[in-house]
Parts: sequence; C-alpha cells; structure tokens
Amino acid sequence: MAADIENKVTTTEKLKTEEMILNMGPQHPSTHGVLRLELELEGELILNVKPHIGYLHRCFEKHAEAMTYPQVIPYTDRMDYLASMYNEFGYAIAVEKLLDIKIPDRVEYIRVIMGELQRIASHLVALGTYGADIGAVTPFLFCFRDREKILSLFEMTCGARLLYNYIWVGGLSHDIHHDFLRLTKDFVDYFKPKIKELNDLLSYNKIFIERTANVGILPLDTAINYGITGPMLRASGLKWDLRKDDPYSIYDKFDFDIPVGDGRMGTVGDSWDRYFVRVLEMEQSLRIIEQAVAQIPEGDVTSAIPKRVKPVVGQVYSRVENPRGELGYFIISNGSVNPFRVKVRGPSFVNLAVINELCKGHLVADVITILGSIDIVLGEVDR
Amino acid sequence: MIYDFFYNLTGSQILAYIIGSLLPLFAFILPFALVAVLLERKVSAHMQDRLGPMRVGYHGILQTVADILKLIQKEDIVASPNDKPLFNIAPVLVFAGSYTAFAAIPFTSAFIGSNIDLGIIFIIAITGLVVAGILMAGWASNNKYTLLGAMRSAAQIISYEIPTILVVLSLIMITGTASLNKLSEMQTGHFWHWMILGGPGLSLQKFILIPFMIIGFLIIYISTLAEVNRTPFDIPEAESELVSGYHTEYSGMKFAMFFLAEYANMFAVSAIVAALFLGGYQSPFGYLGNTFHLPWLIPIEQFFWFTFKGVFLVVVQMWLRWTLPRLRVDQLMAVCWKYLIPIAFVNLLIVGLITVL
Amino acid sequence: MKTTEEIFNLLKEKFGDSIIELKTDVPVEHFITINPLEIDKVCNFLVSKDDLMFDSLMNLSGVDDANGETQKDEADNNTIVGGTLSVYYHIESTSIRHKLVLKVSTPRENPEVSSVAEIWKAADWHEREAYDLLGIKFLNHPDLRRILMPYDWEAGYPLRKDYKNPEFYQGMKVPY
Repeated sequence: MAADIENKVTTTEKLKTEEMILNMGPQHPSTHGVLRLELELEGELILNVKPHIGYLHRCFEKHAEAMTYPQVIPYTDRMDYLASMYNEFGYAIAVEKLLDIKIPDRVEYIRVIMGELQRIASHLVALGTYGADIGAVTPFLFCFRDREKILSLFEMTCGARLLYNYIWVGGLSHDIHHDFLRLTKDFVDYFKPKIKELNDLLSYNKIFIERTANVGILPLDTAINYGITGPMLRASGLKWDLRKDDPYSIYDKFDFDIPVGDGRMGTVGDSWDRYFVRVLEMEQSLRIIEQAVAQIPEGDVTSAIPKRVKPVVGQVYSRVENPRGELGYFIISNGSVNPFRVKVRGPSFVNLAVINELCKGHLVADVITILGSIDIVLGEVDR
Repeated sequence: MIYDFFYNLTGSQILAYIIGSLLPLFAFILPFALVAVLLERKVSAHMQDRLGPMRVGYHGILQTVADILKLIQKEDIVASPNDKPLFNIAPVLVFAGSYTAFAAIPFTSAFIGSNIDLGIIFIIAITGLVVAGILMAGWASNNKYTLLGAMRSAAQIISYEIPTILVVLSLIMITGTASLNKLSEMQTGHFWHWMILGGPGLSLQKFILIPFMIIGFLIIYISTLAEVNRTPFDIPEAESELVSGYHTEYSGMKFAMFFLAEYANMFAVSAIVAALFLGGYQSPFGYLGNTFHLPWLIPIEQFFWFTFKGVFLVVVQMWLRWTLPRLRVDQLMAVCWKYLIPIAFVNLLIVGLITVL
Repeated sequence: MKTTEEIFNLLKEKFGDSIIELKTDVPVEHFITINPLEIDKVCNFLVSKDDLMFDSLMNLSGVDDANGETQKDEADNNTIVGGTLSVYYHIESTSIRHKLVLKVSTPRENPEVSSVAEIWKAADWHEREAYDLLGIKFLNHPDLRRILMPYDWEAGYPLRKDYKNPEFYQGMKVPY
C-alpha cells in the first residue's frame, strides 16, 4: 500500500523531460546584428544563455598597427556605427594626451555639440528598435523621423550621414556651416515636445510596462563586478557618468543632471529603468547643446592639427562616455608614426557578458526584452 | 429573397443554391479582403507620419492587385522534411474555417446564406476549424519556431472563445433566439433600439441593461481581437520573436491564402459583433427608401450600413494594432482567465437575473 | 585617494618579491609591474583592503612586446624568438575614485598568467580575447576558449607581430 502511493508520487520524477536547445541564430530580426544566442530551454523557461560573437570581427586592432595615427580615424568610425562621432572623439582625445597639445576652444565646443547630437541620435535608434521589438511599431517610425533631422545636420557639416571622419587628431576636418548653429537651435526647440509624445505613446503605456518592468533585474554590485557602465549602470542606481566623474574636454563648464534609475515601475535596475534612463538622458543632452550653442567662441578649427603625428614613447588609457557606456582607448606608442598597440574597450562587449545572469528564470520572449535594453551594437562587440 | 430571385432566373433549385452561396464569397468577401490589405497599409502609414504605397495606380490603389499577381507566380516551396499532406491541407482548412462563417451572417434583410436557427453557435463552432489548420501548419513546417507559434496560437484561440460564448449566452437570454437574422430584425428602428443600448422597446429592463451591455460589448470585442491573432494579442505572428510564426515556411499562393483568410476573419468577427450589438444591417436613422416610398431601395441601404459598421470596426482593429505593444504569452493567458472570464460570468449572472425578474 | 607610489609601497611591504618595479618615467601613466603568477593574490588584496577598494576593472589588454630577436624560419617568414608578452590591467574604485595601472610580463614561449576572473567577472571575456588574439594562457579561468576568431582557427594568434595568415581555412582561400 505504501509502496503503491510512493510509486504514484515519484512518477513525475521518473518522467524524462529533455531540455531543448534553441538557437537565436546570427540572422534574426531582433538580435540587433549578427549575434548568436544559444538558449537552453525547459518548456518556455530559460536555464542558460550562451552568446557566441565574432561574426563581425574586422580586425580593427591589427589594422591600426599598420596605419599612421590620423589614418586610423575612419576605422574607429566603423566600430560603433551608430555613434561614430564619439568613437572619433575618444581616439582623438587619447592621441592628444600622448602628444600633449592644446586644442582651441572652438574645436572643443563643436566636438561637444556633435557628441551630444550623436548621443540623441543613438538613443533614438535604441528606443525605437526597443519599441519595435516589443511590438509597438509606431514609435519606431516617429524616432527615425526625428533622427533624420539630426542626420541632415551632420550631412550639412561633413557630407556624411553615418560615418563621418570629422573629428581629427588636433582639431576638426572643416569648420561648421554658417547656418548650423541656427538650425541646431531650431532642432532643439522642435525636439522637446517630441520626447513628451514618445513618453505618452510608449513609456507610460500599461502593456509596455507589463512587458518590461521586473524583467532582467541587475543588482548594483553585480553590475560593478561585471564592469557594466553607461545607462545600464545608472539604471541600477549608481550615479556614475564619466562626463562628471572623470571630466574630459570641456564638460565641466556645462550644467546638467545625471538621471538615475529609481525603480518606480518595478524594481531598481529592471528593463524599464534602463529604457527610461535613456529617455531622460536625451533631455539632458538637449540642455548641454543649448548651453554650448550659446557660448561657442570664434576661432580656427584646423590650427592645432599637427603636420606629422609622432608621439613620444609611452602609453595612455583614456575614456569617454559613449551613449552605450565607457569607451576606452589604450594606446601604446613606440615613437614611430604608427601606433604600436591600440586596444579598444568597447562598452557593448563588456555589457553583453552579463546577459546570462539577467536571463535566468525568464521566458523566451523576455530574452528579446533584455537584449534590447542592453542596447548593443555588434560592430563594437566584435570590432 | 435572393434565393427566390435566382430560382426564378434559372428554374433549378440546385443552381440557385450554388449561385446564392457563392455570391457573397466572390462579390463581396474576396474583394473586401483585397481592399483590406491596402487599407491596412494606408491607415498604418498615415498614422506613422508617412505615405504608404503611392506608385501603383492613383495613390497606390492597385497595390493589392500587384501583390496578388506576384504571389501567384511565385514558386511553391515545400521542403523535403515537411509532412506533405498536412503541409498542403493546412492553408485550405484555415481558409475554409474563416470563410464558412459568412454563411450565417445576414448581409441584408433580403439575403442570408443559410437561415439556420443556430446562427451564432454555428459560427463559433466552425471557426474552430482554424485552430486545426494552424496546428497543422505549425507542425508540418518542421521548424521549432513555427511549432512554438502554432501551439501558442491554439492555446490563445481556444481560451478566448470562452468569454465570447459567455457574452453571446447573455444575449441569447435576453432575446431568446440564436439566429443572427432574427437578432438583426429585432433591432429595427433607430439606434436606440440597438442591443448595445439595451434592446428593442422602451421598458425599464432596457435601461437597467445598458451598462451590462456595454461591458459585454467590450469583452466580446477584445476576445474576438484575440481570436483573429491581432495585436495586442499577436504572439503567434510576432515578427520580432518568431519570424512570422506558423506561416514562416509558406510561399506563393498558400501564403496568400493565409493572408486573405486573416483579413476575412477580421471582417467576419467585426460583422458578428456589429450584428449582435450594433444593429446588424439596420440603419441608425431610418431609411431613405421609406421617406421616398421606394421599397426596393431598403435592402441596398441596409447592405451599405452593414458594410459601414463592419469596416468601421475593422479600422478600429487596425488602429489598435499600430498603437499598442504586444502582450507576452503568459500575460495574454492571465488577461483571459483572470480578468475576462470572471467579468463575463458576473455579467451573465446579472443579465440573467434582470431578464427573469 | 592614493597615488601609485603610495600603493606601490603598500604592496611592496605586503608581497615583497612579487612586486617587481614601479615605472614612472614613461608618459602618460605610471604603472606597477607584478609577477604573473601572483597577480590574483595581489588583486584580491587590492579589492578587499578598506582604503583601496578597487572594485571595478576598466580594461584588461594583452600586448605583444616584440622585444625578442627577429629570425627567419624555414619558410622565410619573420618570427620573433624570445621576448615577452604583457598584460595591462586598468582598475579603479567607484567609491574612492582613484585609479591604478598594473602590468605583468610573461615569456613568449610559454605565456601563463593567473586569471583574475574570479575577482572581477568583467575579466572573463577580456581574458578570453587576450587568449584568442595573443595566445596568453590564463590559469584557473572558468572557460578559456576563443571568442572572436572561429572556434577551430588553427593558424595561430592573430595579434602577434609575427603572425602570418594561413593559405586555406576549411577549404576557403584566405588571402585574396
């Protein structure tokens, strides 16, 4: 009798349930590029996520050793192709530290304006595609419509919409158009109500909140241990922004806030926080642009560009605040015109490593939500 | 009446039946499905601050014709591991399940495909064929993604039929008939005789029923939205997760059949909701035929009102699709079982009490 | 906030011989050279000591120092014999806001460094990349395999100065 009951009770344990391995392959509409995620599933529950990268590896670091210092700039564009101005900015600052030259003020102001416009454009792509992954297709088109305005500002300045080759070592390639400042001011006035429209349509939508709140919660000490930076770290509660904590260029002259995630729709550090920190950052970027446009001095932008870039023997690690996190360039020079070693610490490469921790215990549909909130660009992950 | 018309024309019962039943299919539903594809693209484009198809025909009107021509001449790919009989029959079942529902929907007072007493129950039963078709399509495609999509879709459709039937039951209790034809006839007069505003007549019962009828209308609209797999319930076709769900592996004419079946299904459920709650083919203001003493004008006007209500509800469905994000599969089930079904039950009880007393 | 000299003195007291030297004459940053097999103990100390608290690893990069002898081997290619491979660690503290640069050097023939992946999980993928592109083996790493190159790439370690592209990879011609 007891044996009968015991047999009935343990039957489900004797049932062999196999785990299924599902491949979200390199070609998939929402892995934001060529990323392969190997999911180990039990039904719809995720046990393990193994990312496989390297499909977009273009050997940037090896190329940089064969080029001269100014020739590396177009290669840096192509790493994070959605925030190219910042890649060039970071590299130019690193080499200028090695050369120890002083940049004219006008160049610094223009670099800041371009960088912040680029930050808004990159966040618009991130938010639009995030909404499209969740199913709301309309905000995707609204974000891209606004991004077109920024890209036409860039096209007016340097002729290119996506990969600029504009910020050079020691200055800029050419000065801005005489209408640029007026049109930038118009854009800032146009864009402020659009952020409110985006919030009404997507951020406070009940279904969107249900999909993203409490999904992929990243605790703060895990985040610091994994080396996470950028909006992901700020959404987990730490007020850490390189523009204020380790200032480069002239960011210490501007007055802006650092938005931090506070868990108002769920827990601190969930996907909604990561999304909303980016929306708030766009507002702060608008503030910086307004102040920069008002204070910009006159000057010559190409005066400090050296004829031959030949730094002394040494090394430098310099970092900037990319829209995705901390972009670091570690440059070792051995006194010749070619860099000896250029190592790029791409924020998406470091941020992607945490996806296994975040996805455990969630459903398959949440993998897309979490991946979208990390906001990776495969060009930077693979270089 | 149409049947008599054809009987007099041809002199043969069988021929009259055949033409009478094929008529709505070819004269109305298929053209509507073609128009609905274009309508969706234009509506979504204008909501997203862009223009949509503009090149084919004037402002893109002939776009669907171009699409159908393209789909007809495409190669029909059947991969070898697929289960061939199931793979080929699946689109036929989905198509048949969607179109057969039109047999019991009254288009005008002069024409209904099949005047059976079980009207609405027949429709709900026959749309169950769609579930079988979807499961076959998902399984026979030999693809883990489509299998996931098909199973989710089957679970979703079956769960959401329950609130639909509960609301229909409450309507049957009030009116005493399940035939859509009689239901539409009962709502004659002006729009305050419609079911959503309590039903015909001017009794106290009608006024008490109004809030419950409105709740019932909302419940059935949401449930039928889930039955046709539209956002926010379009997990089976979620493009960003499952690359098109259960019809990923289909190409050419079979894909066209799935596509047209989806739009016909949308119109069918809109027509059912209109017939149940919004007066079917009745006009809200009275008939021009009555004012001008032209009795043959009335069925034409009714047809116009029926189409108008159906298309209006379809446009609202499209509007919802392009505004809202989609629900995750467990939240979808939670909405059905934890919210819609209890509310529908309570609604049913209260309506029943009111009718009895 | 401590400078590199103060930290160097602290470490020299505690670990003695494992700390090799402090280099201050090279622009732009000063760095401390450490024995490669003791680096994990040193990093443990740096993370846990109260007034240091280096809880964030900014960057970990492998470098081919190319300071050996260039020789020609049988296929008339340049190879480097002897010399070292180095790994640079850039760490900082989010609470106390100071930074530090560490360096380890290992011989080129058998490069082995203790892994710090247990201390900072950020080091996991960075060490895999250093292994993939330079061939530095990290002892006690949880999962050391290639990350950017294909998993079955057998032609060596691409970022080394004497690396040459193979002729064929799985039947496809490599140089074009």
